[in-house]
Amino acid sequence: MTDVVIECRDLTKQYGAFTAVDHLNLTVRKGEIFGLLGPNGAGKTTTILMLLGLTEPTSGSVRVLGLDPARQPLSVKARVGYLPDQVGFYDHLTARENLNYIAKLNGIREPEMSKRINEALDQVGLSNVADRRVKTFSRGMRQRLGVAEILIKQPQLIIMDEPTLALDPEAVREFLDLIRQLKASGITILLSSHLLQQVQAVCDRVGLFHQGRMVLEGTVSELAQRVLGGAYRIHVEAEGGDAVAAALRALPDVVKVSANGSQYNVEARADLRAEIARKVVEAGGKLLGLSVDTPSLDEVYARYFQKGAAYAARA
Amino acid sequence: MQHARSIAPARQREGSPWTGLWAVVAKEMADYLTSARMMILEALILLTAFGTVYAASQNLRAGAGASDDFLFLRLFTTAREPLPAFVGFLGLLVPLLAIALAFDSINGEFNQRTLSKVLAQPIYRDALLLGKFLAGLGTLALALTAIWLLIIGMGLLQLGVPPSGEETVRMLWFLLITIFYGGIWLALAMLFSIIFRQPATAALAAIAVWLFFTVFWGIIASLLARALQPAPPGDTQALINQIQLELLLTRLSPNTLFSEVALAMLNPAVRALGIVLPIQLHNAIPGTPLPAGQSILLTWPHATGLIAATIVLFAIGYILFQRQEVRA
Repeated sequence: MTDVVIECRDLTKQYGAFTAVDHLNLTVRKGEIFGLLGPNGAGKTTTILMLLGLTEPTSGSVRVLGLDPARQPLSVKARVGYLPDQVGFYDHLTARENLNYIAKLNGIREPEMSKRINEALDQVGLSNVADRRVKTFSRGMRQRLGVAEILIKQPQLIIMDEPTLALDPEAVREFLDLIRQLKASGITILLSSHLLQQVQAVCDRVGLFHQGRMVLEGTVSELAQRVLGGAYRIHVEAEGGDAVAAALRALPDVVKVSANGSQYNVEARADLRAEIARKVVEAGGKLLGLSVDTPSLDEVYARYFQKGAAYAARA
Repeated sequence: MQHARSIAPARQREGSPWTGLWAVVAKEMADYLTSARMMILEALILLTAFGTVYAASQNLRAGAGASDDFLFLRLFTTAREPLPAFVGFLGLLVPLLAIALAFDSINGEFNQRTLSKVLAQPIYRDALLLGKFLAGLGTLALALTAIWLLIIGMGLLQLGVPPSGEETVRMLWFLLITIFYGGIWLALAMLFSIIFRQPATAALAAIAVWLFFTVFWGIIASLLARALQPAPPGDTQALINQIQLELLLTRLSPNTLFSEVALAMLNPAVRALGIVLPIQLHNAIPGTPLPAGQSILLTWPHATGLIAATIVLFAIGYILFQRQEVRA
């Protein structure tokens, strides 16, 4: 059990009559990247604030690194790095001065402080602008400075709220690389986002939030399997007419085949590219192209809420 | 007691509420001392100090002569048309300085989106709020002390005599009271910065309160006293009661407390604040100065009142801040 980093049991938060988080059960293990996904207002930020002890739960229990954030907030906050939604800085101070302040609040003293600050700036690639005022920074740079602020306290867990929001595609790519680096160094990461496409690439597991409840949890392909039925979408381009379509439909694990001229879209429960290639050739067709789509979370999400009523009824 | 201690830990917060306090104080004070608005205000106060003290010293050199034992104190209180005395300016400028320091202290962090980040560090909210307040008070103390020293320096140059021990004690006590007078406005502005999300609203609210006490409270107190304690012509006791009530009401204003302290401390001949009946002056030698210790005693309640008001305002802000949601 020592490798459990976050554990929530029946966690509930109510603001008056409004239930922001409703009986949430969540377990995140050491070294994982877990994505809290869902639209705005689904309860992601509230959950994060409760994990940090910045808001008290109405009922239920939270354990972060085995500590109770409501009772031992200082210990929790000393071990957990938090990157808020659109993190702010003291714009009139330089990057280094901002980091200095955070280090001092964490009780880190010289000479350790300078060492950690330089390392953090190096790691996020801001060393060359360390003495420039934050006012002049681009959004991507600010986001990386936010990560540097987290790194100087050498956290065991990092929580990021909408980290890729408002970044341009290049900055998003760089930022996701940075997250992968952090994972490689053994840090557990919890991130929230409503931009599913961007984060599915880095998350080991995701939890989909809807109206304060976590409605789905698992790896991206598990979710795709469960919600989309077929987890793999295979594009086949082949000449050969109906014989090819029939051959494709006859394959085991194929859920659905839709044809459009010489283009076929196959939904399958497994990666069937090899079998498809063989069948097409056996059926006398000419195979011109074959590719597989990884299922996208956007699709999972959209499909889930199309079927939302049916799922709710089953739950 | 033993029992209480055994169940307490489950409800207690871990660690000291003051963790990180000095980091906040150091950072905030550095911010204050380098901020443009602080420099503008300091320049303004400095200019007033120079203007009024220079005018006063010219007057003193021309008139008073060596017979006056309290030349240095006169530097603060002597007015030369069209300028009022320096203490008059202080009553206006110190609140302005304090409000300017604190009106965006909490909502500024909020709008800058730094609040949730700072509170996610291993400190309690206590440390952030108290740190900001102490930094403001420290800045105020530093600025006022510097101005005091400048005035004394100018006095030495212009008058050519050093201040006596008696005068030094009086000036120091007055400095202390001035700092706490600023503390009230600092705590008030900080309270508004917690209540209002817009710094401009908070600043306006604080300035409104300041204007209310500076301009209107005297009039309102007098009207209230007349309504609540009517004095028919010829009834001396009723008249005295009315005046006492009016005095009580005006003393609810920090401005009144401050100006009374200024009066008593910088003018040693003042023996009582409030009404003095002829019978109470029996056997007194008019115009003889009080010892500094007695003047301090005379203003002790004022000092207590100013400090208490500061603490009450800070406490209200503290409670509101503890309950505030961090998220937007």
